[in-house]
Amino acid sequence: MPGNDRSVDTVVREVCAACGRDPTRMLDIVRGVQRRLGWVPEEAVDRIAAETGAPRAEVAGVVSFYAFFADRPQGRIVIRLCEDVIDKLHGAERVAEALVEELGVGFDETTPDGLFTLAWTPCIGMSDQAPAALVDDVVITRLSRDRARQMVRELRGHGDPHRLVRTWGDGNNAHPLVRAMVENNIRHAGPVVLDGFERGRALEHALRMSPIEVIREIKIARLRGRGGAGFPTGMKWEFTRAAPGERKVVICNADEGEPGTFKDRVILTERADLMLEGLTVAAYAIGADEGIVYLRGEYAYLLALLEDAIERRRRDGLLGRRILGRDGFDFDIRVQLGAGAYMCGEETGLIASCEGRRGDAKNRPPFPAQQGYLGRPTSVNNVETLCCAARIVERGAGWFAGFGTKDSTGTKLFSVSGDCRRPGVYELPFGTTLGELLERAGADDIGAVQVGGPSGRMVGRDALERRLSFEDLPTGGSVMVFDTSRDPLWIVDEFMRFFVEESCGFCTPCRVGNVVMHDAVRKVRAGQASAADVERLRALAGTVRTASRCGLGQTSPNPVLSSLDAFPERWRRELRPARRDDLLPTFDPRAALRAAELLAGRSSTVFPPGEEDAR
Amino acid sequence: MSDTPRAGKPRIATCSLAGCFGCHMSLLDIDERIFELAELVEFDRSPIDDKKKFDGRVEIGLIEGGCCNEENVATLREFRRHCDVLVALGDCATMGGAPALRNDIPLAECLREAYLEGPTVHNPERRLPADPELPLLLDRVYPIQEVVPVDVFLPGCPPSAEAIWQALVALIEGRAPELPYELLKYD
Ligand SMILES: Cc1cc2nc3c(=O)[nH]c(=O)nc-3n(C[C@H](O)[C@H](O)[C@H](O)COP(=O)(O)O)c2cc1C
Ligand code: SF4
Ligand code: SF4
Ligand code: FES
Repeated sequence: MPGNDRSVDTVVREVCAACGRDPTRMLDIVRGVQRRLGWVPEEAVDRIAAETGAPRAEVAGVVSFYAFFADRPQGRIVIRLCEDVIDKLHGAERVAEALVEELGVGFDETTPDGLFTLAWTPCIGMSDQAPAALVDDVVITRLSRDRARQMVRELRGHGDPHRLVRTWGDGNNAHPLVRAMVENNIRHAGPVVLDGFERGRALEHALRMSPIEVIREIKIARLRGRGGAGFPTGMKWEFTRAAPGERKVVICNADEGEPGTFKDRVILTERADLMLEGLTVAAYAIGADEGIVYLRGEYAYLLALLEDAIERRRRDGLLGRRILGRDGFDFDIRVQLGAGAYMCGEETGLIASCEGRRGDAKNRPPFPAQQGYLGRPTSVNNVETLCCAARIVERGAGWFAGFGTKDSTGTKLFSVSGDCRRPGVYELPFGTTLGELLERAGADDIGAVQVGGPSGRMVGRDALERRLSFEDLPTGGSVMVFDTSRDPLWIVDEFMRFFVEESCGFCTPCRVGNVVMHDAVRKVRAGQASAADVERLRALAGTVRTASRCGLGQTSPNPVLSSLDAFPERWRRELRPARRDDLLPTFDPRAALRAAELLAGRSSTVFPPGEEDAR
Repeated sequence: MSDTPRAGKPRIATCSLAGCFGCHMSLLDIDERIFELAELVEFDRSPIDDKKKFDGRVEIGLIEGGCCNEENVATLREFRRHCDVLVALGDCATMGGAPALRNDIPLAECLREAYLEGPTVHNPERRLPADPELPLLLDRVYPIQEVVPVDVFLPGCPPSAEAIWQALVALIEGRAPELPYELLKYD
């Protein structure tokens, strides 16, 4: 049990041995130790460092970096309620109240009997069935106050989160290896990703071509990355292939951390084989012998299904040595499970995480294509991108480029959530207008739309004619709808809080800038800011955007900047006239003096109570 | 504003709030150029001429230190009301500086350590200073830009005499100070 040195010692030794004492498997080691001890005590950190030869600070760094690792005791069951805007507009705060009442503890606290810890967590990829929570690894969707109370009472009885799931979702959510209450909510299956797929077909086609020809095919199809940045995939593969290095690596980015995105969840549930085939095609084209699927910790419930699909591919000769009988084509895939960090979706953070380290971003160059995982040339591709790649090889570049627009070929999976009647996944050609997508989703009352998640942009009704595409309105998939009763400034406030939480803290513009921007937004909302404050905020946003080291900081000012563009009058309405010759409206001398007045047992005579407005 | 604009030389006012007077010392470090300065400007409220009240409106106000107590806030407000251009002189005024080291510690805890529990404290009656003459402390130390609008920032702890001199000359001539890199480099 926790705290007992001998058993800590034994546990660490056993877990490390099972992972080959390999420091690059640090995430698995820490997870294993936590599973058995309930948390990761100091002694365990010492022991892990000793067993693996990793510096102690690195081990402690891993434990502290990932939200799912605990450096203090926690309950036997951890309830993590999603705290994103979408859940809040579906009543997550009321669910939170019910949980607090029922458990008798607040957030980030543990019940005295050591049974439960309650915590908030950012988007767990269930925005189409919010409010949602993770109870350990088990996903609970569509929570209400009553269901939350009921859930706690039941857990007190049997203590098994899996038994909370009584009805299974559609498709593979009901698979014996999954058994989740999650619904796919596929509202529109397009011809590329969600169409039927026969295992091995794409690979057979690929092997009829040379690796160079495969890359050429991807380039002719003008496939661009679906993970957000839209980099041309063929070019990325070509760079990785050409980079010097004996061994090369392909990684599937299944971290899906952008709030409001859940399309990779659906692909992993229903088209895991298509993704794995895409990854294998990539390996063939690049000349990689090693593949990793980085699965976000929130999707741990899909791990067994994914590993089963990999195992079956091995059995069928689609993975392993001499794939489909081709001499020299040796390639295998492992799954690396994440542990709750938005940063790990960023490709260099992701690579660091696969290497068993904190998911901090790295400096570029060198780019991952030159030196990535363990210094090897590495190509990181989104789940959906790999599916598209497999299809292109299977059905041809011309066929694929027939969908979409000139600079955005193919289809795109959109994850629609928020104030609409049919939230879910829509696979539509690039170039579909925002208005058409929202009409399909049954969004009748549109106030604001967040396209591309918090790091994307907020638009108003006037953007409904714009086309979802890299050249006009890009998105990695997330489309959040807010009706006219929702306050855009509240949304900005929530998103800035998200960035403050998720900044890895490495560089100052992002670590400090997001806090200052968030404070400024809150001051505006409190009616304490003037136009000059907003100008300062805008200038700061520009600094954070240009001076941050990675994509997180470079995009974190977007909620502020895009809402200023889309809803200028909403911002203006909160502003106070500035008086140049007086105290700033944001400075409240009464509030600043309260502590001292209490201690001195007297009121201020310089700023006496009751004269707030007289100043 | 009751002040009426004045003819003649531009006027300067200075004060030290929650600072160490190091920035004022640095101002005096302009050495013999102090005569030149006296030619160029007239000092109004300032510890340099020990003048405690404003006579009227002034062109330039230099503030050393942030705000740690209510008196600082009142003084700063006086300066803002009287000065056309308000300058944050030094790192304490700009960012809080050393006094702001207390900002992460609740006020009650700071006072307890300073007046009751500290290893060298002798305070048999265990009383915290509460004389009405003593200004009440703020909950934390505020850089002056969090309290009033500030026009110009002169970084440095303290800013060098040369930096202060060049900035003042620019302001007297009605220009925005643009300091060369060498004057903003501190290692
Ligand atoms: C903070 C941050 C988070 C990211 N999260 C993801 C993610 O969850 N999934 C993803 O595919 N790409 C994510 N990306 C983009 C990746 O860095 C990378 O560009 C992408 O995985 C490349 O694959 P693609 O070319 O197929 O899009 C993120 C980027 C940043 C800056
Ligand atoms: S921009 Fe933010 S997330 Fe990226 S490296 Fe800097 S601190 Fe970390
Ligand atoms: S900035 Fe430095 S020199 Fe100036 S008051 Fe502060 S501590 Fe003293
Ligand atoms: S699951 Fe809560 S916003 Fe995505």
